[in-house]
Amino acid sequence: MALKFPIFMDSQSTTPADPRVVEAMIPYFTEKFGHPASRNHSFGWEAETAVDRAREQIAKVIGARDPKEVIFTSGGTESINLAVKGVAEMYREKGNHIVTTAIEQRASLDVCKRLERHGYEVTYIPVRPDGLVDLETLRQAITDKTILISIMLANNEIGTIQDIAAIGRLAKEKGIILHADATQAVGKIPVNVEAAGIDLLSCTAHLIYGPKGVGALYVRRKAPRVRIAPLIDGGGHERGMRSGTLPVPLIVGFGRAAEICGEVMPEEGLRLAGLRDRLQDMILSNVDEAYLNGHPERRLPHNLNISFAYVEGESVLMGLNKESALSSGSACTSSTLEPSYVIGALGASAELAHSSIRFSLHRFTTAEEVEHVGARTIEVVKRLREMSPLYELAKEGVDLKSIHWKAE
Amino acid sequence: MAYSEKVVDHYNNPRNVGSFGKDTPGVGTGLVGAPECGDVMKLQIKVNLDTGVIEDAKFKTFGCGSAIASSSLATEWLKGKTVDEAAKIKNTDIVNELKLPPVKIHCSVLAEDAIKAALADYREKQAVADARASST
Repeated sequence: MALKFPIFMDSQSTTPADPRVVEAMIPYFTEKFGHPASRNHSFGWEAETAVDRAREQIAKVIGARDPKEVIFTSGGTESINLAVKGVAEMYREKGNHIVTTAIEQRASLDVCKRLERHGYEVTYIPVRPDGLVDLETLRQAITDKTILISIMLANNEIGTIQDIAAIGRLAKEKGIILHADATQAVGKIPVNVEAAGIDLLSCTAHLIYGPKGVGALYVRRKAPRVRIAPLIDGGGHERGMRSGTLPVPLIVGFGRAAEICGEVMPEEGLRLAGLRDRLQDMILSNVDEAYLNGHPERRLPHNLNISFAYVEGESVLMGLNKESALSSGSACTSSTLEPSYVIGALGASAELAHSSIRFSLHRFTTAEEVEHVGARTIEVVKRLREMSPLYELAKEGVDLKSIHWKAE
Repeated sequence: MAYSEKVVDHYNNPRNVGSFGKDTPGVGTGLVGAPECGDVMKLQIKVNLDTGVIEDAKFKTFGCGSAIASSSLATEWLKGKTVDEAAKIKNTDIVNELKLPPVKIHCSVLAEDAIKAALADYREKQAVADARASST
């Protein structure tokens, strides 16, 4: 099959909607447009039935006991805000301390920073060089004031999958609520809130081939019954936790997307891991001083993150961006002008953070695309190294750390 | 962010990539930036010792596309200029030529620093050579 350009390999930023998802959504824009809270006519009942079905589909993919535990939001960011701020407010009298990690996504970190300005205390525990949380470090961070542990299940940059069940056991032992940011994990790897002891779980539709603008927060109802203060007041929808008219078409799409993920996950995970491994082997066997970021095994099947020493990430993307879409931890590609704090938190040098490239595959990625992107990446990195003063110095045997760099 | 045509051109066809021997007479080397900042430029000039004109210039850059383009452009401009003329190249000239957005202005600043560092290195080496010549 002929390749179609540009090739999208940035599926941890977003995914294309599955055509089956779009198909399921369409009737809910026009003929089935009812308000699910309209209790007295068939339009409302029809919409409510559709929303309930989606709730079931999502509950199933995360292993929730009761679909009522699924609260719809506008997306992952809102779910995280609702979970963390909601617990902070509701359990203020019990304590004011939250434990999270240094590699959470921006939404989590920014929520925590805001809470710190409002009198809460947050401990950002470091992670191991492979991105895993060290349980002993986590245990020691917990105090008698700790009300919440908030940890991402799988990382958005390096794909490292935490041992969330072990973290769940620790949380249970200490009687602390556990929030898992599972935006990158749900639909991609098996997630089970019961088995893992997760009390709150954030997820989003657009990363699982569903529409943008809808997400969910799982809120445990039993053992323990978790309560959260709402962010948005209004008509008391979603058991009072999230008011606002439900976006029925988006919810229907989200449900269908979750259902499809549940069906295809074992096969899709294997296929993508195979393609990812091929890409990794190709690159690592052809480029010296290319380093895999994250855990070599415990990682998402569609994620590959590599730092190419001596070349800067944005310049690599520039060489590829006519024909493929990837992302980098380089400062030049971030809005904050700081290199990836995730790669930095692994203990890598800032230089390697600037040099990181994330390849993220998806349902529609083909073997041909992988071959093409792999070959072109190797070419571009080699070309850039030929014009890299750092590569030249390293080849001359100069230790780059011995040079006194004059920064601007 | 879309890149200007000129940045893309310099990135795809960088002018004067390479190195001169640092100790070759007439060569001045500037190495500026820092790996942890994501930008390092090495810029070298080769001056004709009889005429004081920069006959050749080369660069190697670790950095984003705009940093590569800024240093590539700098080597183009340096060639044929005298050392004194070269000292007048300003980062704003590079910004205007490459149409760099505000977030990339530091690339042009670094290129100007690299030019100045190469010129200073050249002058320093000449002063040493002159002193040696006069003492013998």
